[in-house]
Amino acid sequence: MIRLEFIYTLAGLLFSTVAVLEFLDRANPKRFRKTIFWGIYGITFLFGSVLPSLVTGCLVILMVLVTGWKDLGTSKVKTTAEPERRQSAARLRDKLFIPALCIPLVTFLGTLLLPNITINGQALAAAKDATLVSLGLSVIVALVVALWLFRQRFVTSLHEGRRLLTAVGTVAVLPQLLAALGALFAAAGVGQVVSDGVTRFIPADATFLVIVAFTVGMALFTMIMGNAFAAFPVMVAGIGLPLIVHKLGGDPAIMAAIGMLSGYCGTLMTPMAANFNIVPAALLELPDKNGVVKVQIPTGLILLAVNTLLMYFLVFRF
Amino acid sequence: MLLLYLAIRQLTASIGLTSLGGQAQMVRPLIAPMAEARFGELPDKTRYLILAHAAAVDNVGVFFGEDIFLAMGSVLLIKGFLDENGIHLTPLHIALWAIPTAIAVFIIHGVRLMLLDRRLRKQFKDRQP
Repeated sequence: MIRLEFIYTLAGLLFSTVAVLEFLDRANPKRFRKTIFWGIYGITFLFGSVLPSLVTGCLVILMVLVTGWKDLGTSKVKTTAEPERRQSAARLRDKLFIPALCIPLVTFLGTLLLPNITINGQALAAAKDATLVSLGLSVIVALVVALWLFRQRFVTSLHEGRRLLTAVGTVAVLPQLLAALGALFAAAGVGQVVSDGVTRFIPADATFLVIVAFTVGMALFTMIMGNAFAAFPVMVAGIGLPLIVHKLGGDPAIMAAIGMLSGYCGTLMTPMAANFNIVPAALLELPDKNGVVKVQIPTGLILLAVNTLLMYFLVFRF
Repeated sequence: MLLLYLAIRQLTASIGLTSLGGQAQMVRPLIAPMAEARFGELPDKTRYLILAHAAAVDNVGVFFGEDIFLAMGSVLLIKGFLDENGIHLTPLHIALWAIPTAIAVFIIHGVRLMLLDRRLRKQFKDRQP
Protein backbone atom coordinates (compact mmCIF):
# COMPACT_ATOMS: atom_id res chain seq x y z
CA MET A 1 0.00 0.00 0.00
CA ILE A 2 1.37 3.34 -1.03
CA ARG A 3 0.63 6.01 1.53
CA LEU A 4 0.53 9.76 1.32
CA GLU A 5 3.95 9.84 3.02
CA PHE A 6 5.36 8.66 -0.29
CA ILE A 7 4.76 12.12 -1.77
CA TYR A 8 6.30 13.86 1.23
CA THR A 9 9.36 11.64 1.05
CA LEU A 10 9.75 12.39 -2.64
CA ALA A 11 9.50 16.15 -2.08
CA GLY A 12 11.76 15.93 0.96
CA LEU A 13 14.44 14.14 -1.05
CA LEU A 14 14.30 16.82 -3.75
CA PHE A 15 14.64 19.69 -1.24
CA SER A 16 17.47 17.92 0.57
CA THR A 17 19.29 17.39 -2.71
CA VAL A 18 18.93 21.07 -3.53
CA ALA A 19 20.45 21.83 -0.11
CA VAL A 20 23.43 19.55 -0.85
CA LEU A 21 23.92 21.12 -4.30
CA GLU A 22 23.86 24.59 -2.72
CA PHE A 23 26.48 23.51 -0.22
CA LEU A 24 28.77 22.13 -2.92
CA ASP A 25 28.52 25.33 -4.98
CA ARG A 26 31.52 27.27 -3.68
CA ALA A 27 30.93 30.27 -5.96
CA ASN A 28 27.59 30.95 -4.31
CA PRO A 29 27.67 33.96 -1.95
CA LYS A 30 24.64 32.86 0.07
CA ARG A 31 25.75 29.24 0.10
CA PHE A 32 25.28 28.45 3.79
CA ARG A 33 21.97 30.24 4.23
CA LYS A 34 20.48 28.49 1.24
CA THR A 35 21.82 25.14 2.41
CA ILE A 36 20.17 25.62 5.82
CA PHE A 37 16.88 26.89 4.31
CA TRP A 38 16.33 24.06 1.84
CA GLY A 39 17.88 21.51 4.19
CA ILE A 40 15.39 22.28 6.97
CA TYR A 41 12.55 22.31 4.47
CA GLY A 42 13.63 18.86 3.32
CA ILE A 43 13.81 17.60 6.92
CA THR A 44 10.28 18.78 7.70
CA PHE A 45 9.04 16.82 4.71
CA LEU A 46 11.07 13.69 5.40
CA PHE A 47 10.55 13.44 9.15
CA GLY A 48 7.52 15.70 9.73
CA SER A 49 5.34 12.80 10.84
CA VAL A 50 7.78 11.57 13.49
CA LEU A 51 9.14 14.87 14.80
CA PRO A 52 7.26 16.46 17.71
CA SER A 53 5.32 19.50 16.47
CA LEU A 54 7.30 21.81 18.77
CA VAL A 55 10.54 20.81 17.03
CA THR A 56 8.98 21.30 13.58
CA GLY A 57 7.69 24.71 14.63
CA CYS A 58 11.13 25.79 15.81
CA LEU A 59 12.65 24.54 12.55
CA VAL A 60 10.18 26.66 10.56
CA ILE A 61 11.07 29.73 12.61
CA LEU A 62 14.73 29.02 11.98
CA MET A 63 14.01 28.89 8.23
CA VAL A 64 12.44 32.34 8.36
CA LEU A 65 15.36 33.76 10.36
CA VAL A 66 17.88 32.35 7.89
CA THR A 67 16.29 34.20 4.97
CA GLY A 68 16.83 37.52 6.75
CA TRP A 69 13.31 38.59 5.65
CA LYS A 70 14.32 38.75 1.99
CA ASP A 71 14.35 36.42 -0.93
CA LEU A 72 17.67 34.60 -1.28
CA GLY A 73 17.80 34.98 -5.05
CA THR A 74 18.21 32.59 -7.94
CA SER A 75 21.29 30.41 -7.97
CA LYS A 76 23.44 30.33 -11.07
CA VAL A 77 23.30 26.75 -12.17
CA LYS A 78 25.30 24.93 -14.79
CA THR A 79 22.78 23.13 -16.96
CA THR A 80 22.47 22.41 -20.63
CA ALA A 81 23.88 25.04 -23.02
CA GLU A 82 21.68 27.15 -25.27
CA PRO A 83 22.79 25.65 -28.64
CA GLU A 84 22.37 22.16 -27.23
CA ARG A 85 18.80 23.03 -26.25
CA ARG A 86 17.96 24.40 -29.67
CA GLN A 87 19.34 21.33 -31.35
CA SER A 88 17.35 19.06 -29.09
CA ALA A 89 14.19 21.10 -29.63
CA ALA A 90 14.60 20.96 -33.41
CA ARG A 91 15.07 17.20 -33.29
CA LEU A 92 12.08 16.45 -31.08
CA ARG A 93 9.62 19.15 -32.15
CA ASP A 94 6.13 18.24 -30.89
CA LYS A 95 7.47 15.30 -28.91
CA LEU A 96 8.76 17.92 -26.47
CA PHE A 97 5.30 17.96 -24.94
CA ILE A 98 5.14 14.25 -24.21
CA PRO A 99 6.71 14.37 -20.73
CA ALA A 100 4.52 17.32 -19.72
CA LEU A 101 1.41 15.49 -20.85
CA CYS A 102 2.48 12.36 -18.96
CA ILE A 103 1.69 14.12 -15.69
CA PRO A 104 -2.06 14.71 -16.11
CA LEU A 105 -2.49 11.44 -17.99
CA VAL A 106 -0.80 9.21 -15.41
CA THR A 107 -2.45 11.09 -12.53
CA PHE A 108 -5.85 10.55 -14.07
CA LEU A 109 -5.32 6.86 -14.77
CA GLY A 110 -3.77 6.31 -11.35
CA THR A 111 -6.67 7.99 -9.58
CA LEU A 112 -9.07 5.66 -11.33
CA LEU A 113 -7.04 2.45 -11.11
CA LEU A 114 -4.93 2.48 -7.94
CA PRO A 115 -7.76 2.04 -5.41
CA ASN A 116 -9.04 -0.94 -7.43
CA ILE A 117 -5.77 -2.83 -7.71
CA THR A 118 -5.36 -5.03 -4.68
CA ILE A 119 -2.36 -7.02 -3.52
CA ASN A 120 -3.00 -9.48 -0.69
CA GLY A 121 -6.37 -7.87 -0.15
CA GLN A 122 -4.92 -4.39 0.28
CA ALA A 123 -5.54 -1.64 -2.24
CA LEU A 124 -2.41 -0.12 -3.75
CA ALA A 125 -3.53 3.26 -2.49
CA ALA A 126 -6.49 4.37 -0.41
CA ALA A 127 -9.15 6.15 -2.45
CA LYS A 128 -8.71 9.38 -0.54
CA ASP A 129 -4.96 9.46 -1.22
CA ALA A 130 -5.13 8.11 -4.77
CA THR A 131 -4.98 11.47 -6.55
CA LEU A 132 -1.91 12.70 -4.71
CA VAL A 133 -0.12 9.36 -4.84
CA SER A 134 -0.79 9.18 -8.58
CA LEU A 135 0.53 12.71 -8.97
CA GLY A 136 3.77 11.62 -7.32
CA LEU A 137 4.00 8.55 -9.56
CA SER A 138 3.24 10.60 -12.66
CA VAL A 139 6.12 12.94 -11.92
CA ILE A 140 8.49 9.97 -11.77
CA VAL A 141 7.10 8.59 -15.03
CA ALA A 142 7.41 12.00 -16.71
CA LEU A 143 10.99 12.34 -15.48
CA VAL A 144 12.02 8.94 -16.82
CA VAL A 145 10.36 9.65 -20.17
CA ALA A 146 12.00 13.07 -20.36
CA LEU A 147 15.48 11.74 -19.56
CA TRP A 148 15.14 9.03 -22.18
CA LEU A 149 13.69 11.41 -24.80
CA PHE A 150 16.16 14.23 -24.28
CA ARG A 151 19.10 11.86 -23.72
CA GLN A 152 20.08 13.61 -20.53
CA ARG A 153 21.58 12.30 -17.35
CA PHE A 154 19.61 12.21 -14.11
CA VAL A 155 21.89 14.85 -12.56
CA THR A 156 20.71 17.42 -15.11
CA SER A 157 17.19 17.19 -13.77
CA LEU A 158 18.45 17.86 -10.25
CA HIS A 159 20.34 20.95 -11.41
CA GLU A 160 17.28 22.22 -13.29
CA GLY A 161 15.16 21.55 -10.23
CA ARG A 162 17.53 23.61 -8.14
CA ARG A 163 17.40 26.48 -10.65
CA LEU A 164 13.59 26.54 -10.69
CA LEU A 165 13.23 26.19 -6.93
CA THR A 166 15.60 29.01 -6.17
CA ALA A 167 13.87 31.12 -8.84
CA VAL A 168 10.55 30.63 -7.04
CA GLY A 169 12.49 31.27 -3.86
CA THR A 170 11.27 31.49 -0.32
CA VAL A 171 7.61 32.04 -1.33
CA ALA A 172 7.50 28.33 -2.15
CA VAL A 173 6.89 27.79 1.57
CA LEU A 174 4.05 30.32 1.90
CA PRO A 175 0.98 28.14 1.19
CA GLN A 176 1.82 25.74 4.01
CA LEU A 177 2.37 28.55 6.49
CA LEU A 178 -0.93 30.18 5.47
CA ALA A 179 -2.94 27.01 5.92
CA ALA A 180 -1.52 26.73 9.44
CA LEU A 181 -2.52 30.35 10.07
CA GLY A 182 -6.13 29.69 9.07
CA ALA A 183 -6.43 26.79 11.49
CA LEU A 184 -4.98 29.01 14.19
CA PHE A 185 -7.48 31.82 13.51
CA ALA A 186 -10.47 29.50 13.63
CA ALA A 187 -9.19 27.89 16.85
CA ALA A 188 -8.80 31.34 18.39
CA GLY A 189 -12.49 32.12 17.77
CA VAL A 190 -12.22 34.88 15.18
CA GLY A 191 -15.59 33.74 13.76
CA GLN A 192 -17.44 34.98 16.82
CA VAL A 193 -15.77 38.37 16.56
CA VAL A 194 -16.78 38.69 12.89
CA SER A 195 -20.36 37.73 13.73
CA ASP A 196 -20.59 40.33 16.51
CA GLY A 197 -19.14 43.00 14.23
CA VAL A 198 -21.63 42.31 11.45
CA THR A 199 -24.73 42.23 13.64
CA ARG A 200 -23.68 45.51 15.17
CA PHE A 201 -23.67 47.34 11.84
CA ILE A 202 -26.27 45.49 9.79
CA PRO A 203 -29.83 44.72 10.86
CA ALA A 204 -30.05 40.93 10.57
CA ASP A 205 -33.25 41.07 8.54
CA ALA A 206 -31.70 43.23 5.81
CA THR A 207 -31.24 40.16 3.67
CA PHE A 208 -29.30 41.67 0.81
CA LEU A 209 -26.84 43.45 3.09
CA VAL A 210 -26.17 40.28 5.06
CA ILE A 211 -25.41 38.42 1.84
CA VAL A 212 -23.13 41.20 0.64
CA ALA A 213 -21.36 41.14 4.00
CA PHE A 214 -20.85 37.38 3.60
CA THR A 215 -19.62 37.27 -0.02
CA VAL A 216 -17.51 40.42 0.15
CA GLY A 217 -16.29 39.37 3.58
CA MET A 218 -15.18 36.01 2.18
CA ALA A 219 -13.32 37.78 -0.62
CA LEU A 220 -11.66 40.35 1.65
CA PHE A 221 -10.73 37.81 4.30
CA THR A 222 -9.32 35.55 1.61
CA MET A 223 -7.26 38.43 0.26
CA ILE A 224 -5.79 39.03 3.70
CA MET A 225 -5.19 35.37 4.48
CA GLY A 226 -4.20 34.47 0.94
CA ASN A 227 -6.37 31.39 1.03
CA ALA A 228 -10.11 30.81 0.78
CA PHE A 229 -9.81 27.63 2.85
CA ALA A 230 -8.47 29.68 5.72
CA ALA A 231 -11.25 32.28 5.43
CA PHE A 232 -14.11 29.81 5.00
CA PRO A 233 -14.44 28.41 8.55
CA VAL A 234 -14.22 31.89 10.03
CA MET A 235 -16.83 33.48 7.76
CA VAL A 236 -19.26 30.56 7.75
CA ALA A 237 -19.17 30.32 11.53
CA GLY A 238 -19.51 34.11 11.75
CA ILE A 239 -22.15 34.97 9.15
CA GLY A 240 -23.07 32.00 6.96
CA LEU A 241 -24.55 29.63 9.52
CA PRO A 242 -25.95 31.90 12.25
CA LEU A 243 -27.40 34.61 10.02
CA ILE A 244 -28.04 33.28 6.51
CA VAL A 245 -28.99 29.71 7.34
CA HIS A 246 -30.48 29.77 10.84
CA LYS A 247 -32.00 33.23 11.01
CA LEU A 248 -33.01 33.85 7.41
CA GLY A 249 -33.62 30.23 6.43
CA GLY A 250 -31.18 29.99 3.52
CA ASP A 251 -30.05 26.73 1.96
CA PRO A 252 -26.74 25.65 3.54
CA ALA A 253 -25.39 23.98 0.38
CA ILE A 254 -25.87 27.11 -1.73
CA MET A 255 -24.53 29.34 1.02
CA ALA A 256 -21.40 27.21 1.38
CA ALA A 257 -20.70 26.59 -2.32
CA ILE A 258 -21.15 30.16 -3.51
CA GLY A 259 -19.48 31.46 -0.36
CA MET A 260 -16.38 29.41 -1.08
CA LEU A 261 -16.37 30.60 -4.69
CA SER A 262 -16.63 34.22 -3.51
CA GLY A 263 -13.51 33.52 -1.54
CA TYR A 264 -11.87 32.34 -4.75
CA CYS A 265 -12.66 35.75 -6.27
CA GLY A 266 -10.52 37.16 -3.48
CA THR A 267 -7.78 34.66 -4.29
CA LEU A 268 -7.65 36.06 -7.82
CA MET A 269 -6.97 39.53 -6.45
CA THR A 270 -4.28 39.07 -3.82
CA PRO A 271 -0.53 38.65 -3.95
CA MET A 272 -0.90 36.73 -0.68
CA ALA A 273 -2.09 33.74 -2.69
CA ALA A 274 1.51 33.24 -3.64
CA ASN A 275 1.23 29.76 -5.05
CA PHE A 276 -1.33 30.86 -7.65
CA ASN A 277 -0.34 34.44 -8.34
CA ILE A 278 3.30 35.02 -7.47
CA VAL A 279 4.82 31.63 -8.23
CA PRO A 280 3.58 31.56 -11.87
CA ALA A 281 4.87 35.11 -12.35
CA ALA A 282 8.26 33.91 -11.18
CA LEU A 283 8.09 30.74 -13.28
CA LEU A 284 7.25 32.75 -16.39
CA GLU A 285 10.04 35.16 -15.49
CA LEU A 286 7.75 38.19 -15.55
CA PRO A 287 9.48 41.39 -14.39
CA ASP A 288 6.37 42.46 -12.45
CA LYS A 289 5.65 39.96 -9.67
CA ASN A 290 2.07 41.23 -9.50
CA GLY A 291 1.52 40.96 -13.25
CA VAL A 292 -0.77 37.96 -12.94
CA VAL A 293 -2.82 39.53 -10.13
CA LYS A 294 -3.40 42.72 -12.11
CA VAL A 295 -4.74 40.77 -15.07
CA GLN A 296 -7.11 38.85 -12.79
CA ILE A 297 -8.60 41.75 -10.83
CA PRO A 298 -11.38 42.70 -13.32
CA THR A 299 -12.61 39.10 -13.56
CA GLY A 300 -12.47 38.78 -9.79
CA LEU A 301 -14.55 41.91 -9.19
CA ILE A 302 -17.20 41.17 -11.81
CA LEU A 303 -17.53 37.59 -10.64
CA LEU A 304 -17.84 38.65 -7.01
CA ALA A 305 -20.80 40.85 -7.98
CA VAL A 306 -22.34 37.98 -9.96
CA ASN A 307 -21.82 35.59 -7.04
CA THR A 308 -23.52 37.99 -4.66
CA LEU A 309 -26.54 38.23 -6.94
CA LEU A 310 -26.61 34.46 -7.52
CA MET A 311 -26.57 33.86 -3.79
CA TYR A 312 -29.31 36.46 -3.22
CA PHE A 313 -31.62 34.94 -5.79
CA LEU A 314 -30.90 31.27 -5.13
CA VAL A 315 -30.24 30.78 -1.45
CA PHE A 316 -33.81 31.32 -0.22
CA ARG A 317 -35.48 29.62 -3.14
CA PHE A 318 -34.53 26.01 -2.48
CA MET B 1 -6.03 33.46 -33.93
CA LEU B 2 -6.23 33.96 -30.21
CA LEU B 3 -9.46 32.03 -30.30
CA LEU B 4 -7.31 28.93 -30.32
CA TYR B 5 -5.60 30.35 -27.29
CA LEU B 6 -9.02 30.71 -25.69
CA ALA B 7 -9.88 27.11 -26.53
CA ILE B 8 -6.71 25.91 -24.86
CA ARG B 9 -7.78 27.82 -21.77
CA GLN B 10 -11.13 26.14 -21.64
CA LEU B 11 -9.33 22.82 -21.92
CA THR B 12 -7.27 23.73 -18.88
CA ALA B 13 -10.51 24.54 -17.11
CA SER B 14 -11.83 21.08 -17.78
CA ILE B 15 -8.55 19.62 -16.56
CA GLY B 16 -9.04 21.54 -13.32
CA LEU B 17 -12.53 20.13 -13.30
CA THR B 18 -11.24 16.60 -13.08
CA SER B 19 -8.47 17.71 -10.71
CA LEU B 20 -5.58 16.48 -12.79
CA GLY B 21 -3.18 18.82 -11.08
CA GLY B 22 -0.26 20.66 -12.56
CA GLN B 23 -1.23 24.32 -12.88
CA ALA B 24 1.93 26.31 -13.21
CA GLN B 25 3.53 23.10 -14.39
CA MET B 26 1.23 23.07 -17.40
CA VAL B 27 1.33 26.80 -18.09
CA ARG B 28 5.06 27.28 -18.16
CA PRO B 29 6.06 24.50 -20.52
CA LEU B 30 2.90 24.34 -22.63
CA ILE B 31 0.34 27.09 -22.58
CA ALA B 32 2.44 30.22 -22.23
CA PRO B 33 4.80 29.56 -25.17
CA MET B 34 1.86 28.64 -27.36
CA ALA B 35 -0.03 31.82 -26.50
CA GLU B 36 3.08 33.87 -27.07
CA ALA B 37 3.77 32.32 -30.44
CA ARG B 38 0.42 33.49 -31.85
CA PHE B 39 1.85 36.85 -32.81
CA GLY B 40 5.48 36.04 -33.45
CA GLU B 41 7.99 38.64 -32.24
CA LEU B 42 6.47 41.08 -29.79
CA PRO B 43 7.65 43.98 -27.68
CA ASP B 44 8.48 42.86 -24.14
CA LYS B 45 5.55 44.68 -22.59
CA THR B 46 2.98 42.85 -24.72
CA ARG B 47 4.79 39.59 -24.27
CA TYR B 48 4.60 39.89 -20.49
CA LEU B 49 0.91 40.81 -20.73
CA ILE B 50 0.17 37.65 -22.70
CA LEU B 51 2.21 35.51 -20.32
CA ALA B 52 0.37 36.99 -17.35
CA HIS B 53 -2.92 36.23 -19.06
CA ALA B 54 -1.83 32.66 -19.68
CA ALA B 55 -1.22 32.15 -15.97
CA ALA B 56 -4.43 33.99 -15.06
CA VAL B 57 -6.64 31.86 -17.27
CA ASP B 58 -5.24 28.75 -15.70
CA ASN B 59 -6.09 30.07 -12.24
CA VAL B 60 -9.59 31.09 -13.27
CA GLY B 61 -10.24 27.77 -14.94
CA VAL B 62 -8.98 25.66 -12.07
CA PHE B 63 -10.60 27.66 -9.26
CA PHE B 64 -14.06 27.68 -10.69
CA GLY B 65 -13.93 24.33 -12.41
CA GLU B 66 -12.72 22.24 -9.50
CA ASP B 67 -15.68 22.84 -7.23
CA ILE B 68 -17.95 21.00 -9.62
CA PHE B 69 -15.83 17.91 -9.20
CA LEU B 70 -17.10 15.79 -6.32
CA ALA B 71 -13.94 14.77 -4.57
CA MET B 72 -12.18 18.15 -4.53
CA GLY B 73 -10.60 19.33 -1.33
CA SER B 74 -12.79 22.43 -1.21
CA VAL B 75 -16.03 20.45 -1.50
CA LEU B 76 -14.84 18.02 1.15
CA LEU B 77 -13.83 20.91 3.40
CA ILE B 78 -17.30 22.44 3.08
CA LYS B 79 -18.91 19.08 3.85
CA GLY B 80 -16.65 18.45 6.81
CA PHE B 81 -17.26 21.86 8.31
CA LEU B 82 -21.04 21.69 7.93
CA ASP B 83 -21.06 18.15 9.34
CA GLU B 84 -19.40 19.46 12.47
CA ASN B 85 -22.16 22.02 12.78
CA GLY B 86 -24.92 19.48 12.48
CA ILE B 87 -25.84 20.01 8.84
CA HIS B 88 -25.41 16.92 6.70
CA LEU B 89 -25.15 17.27 2.94
CA THR B 90 -23.90 15.09 0.14
CA PRO B 91 -20.90 16.37 -1.84
CA LEU B 92 -23.07 16.14 -4.95
CA HIS B 93 -25.43 18.73 -3.55
CA ILE B 94 -22.63 21.18 -2.80
CA ALA B 95 -20.91 20.66 -6.14
CA LEU B 96 -24.20 21.22 -7.97
CA TRP B 97 -24.40 24.79 -6.69
CA ALA B 98 -20.94 25.58 -7.98
CA ILE B 99 -22.23 25.24 -11.54
CA PRO B 100 -23.99 28.63 -11.90
CA THR B 101 -20.81 30.43 -10.85
CA ALA B 102 -18.70 28.28 -13.18
CA ILE B 103 -20.91 29.26 -16.12
CA ALA B 104 -20.76 32.92 -15.13
CA VAL B 105 -16.99 32.95 -14.90
CA PHE B 106 -16.72 31.20 -18.24
CA ILE B 107 -18.71 33.99 -19.88
CA ILE B 108 -16.96 36.83 -18.06
CA HIS B 109 -13.45 35.64 -18.70
CA GLY B 110 -14.22 34.47 -22.22
CA VAL B 111 -15.42 37.94 -23.16
CA ARG B 112 -12.35 39.51 -21.58
CA LEU B 113 -10.05 37.23 -23.56
CA MET B 114 -11.83 37.99 -26.81
CA LEU B 115 -11.50 41.70 -26.13
CA LEU B 116 -7.79 41.25 -25.46
CA ASP B 117 -7.46 39.28 -28.66
CA ARG B 118 -9.17 42.02 -30.63
CA ARG B 119 -6.97 44.70 -29.14
CA LEU B 120 -3.79 42.78 -29.88
CA ARG B 121 -4.90 41.98 -33.40
CA LYS B 122 -5.57 45.64 -34.10
CA GLN B 123 -2.23 46.61 -32.63
CA PHE B 124 -0.22 44.05 -34.58
CA LYS B 125 -2.29 43.45 -37.66
CA ASP B 126 0.55 44.33 -40.03
CA ARG B 127 2.68 41.55 -38.53
CA GLN B 128 0.29 38.71 -39.00
CA PRO B 129 0.42 36.31 -41.92
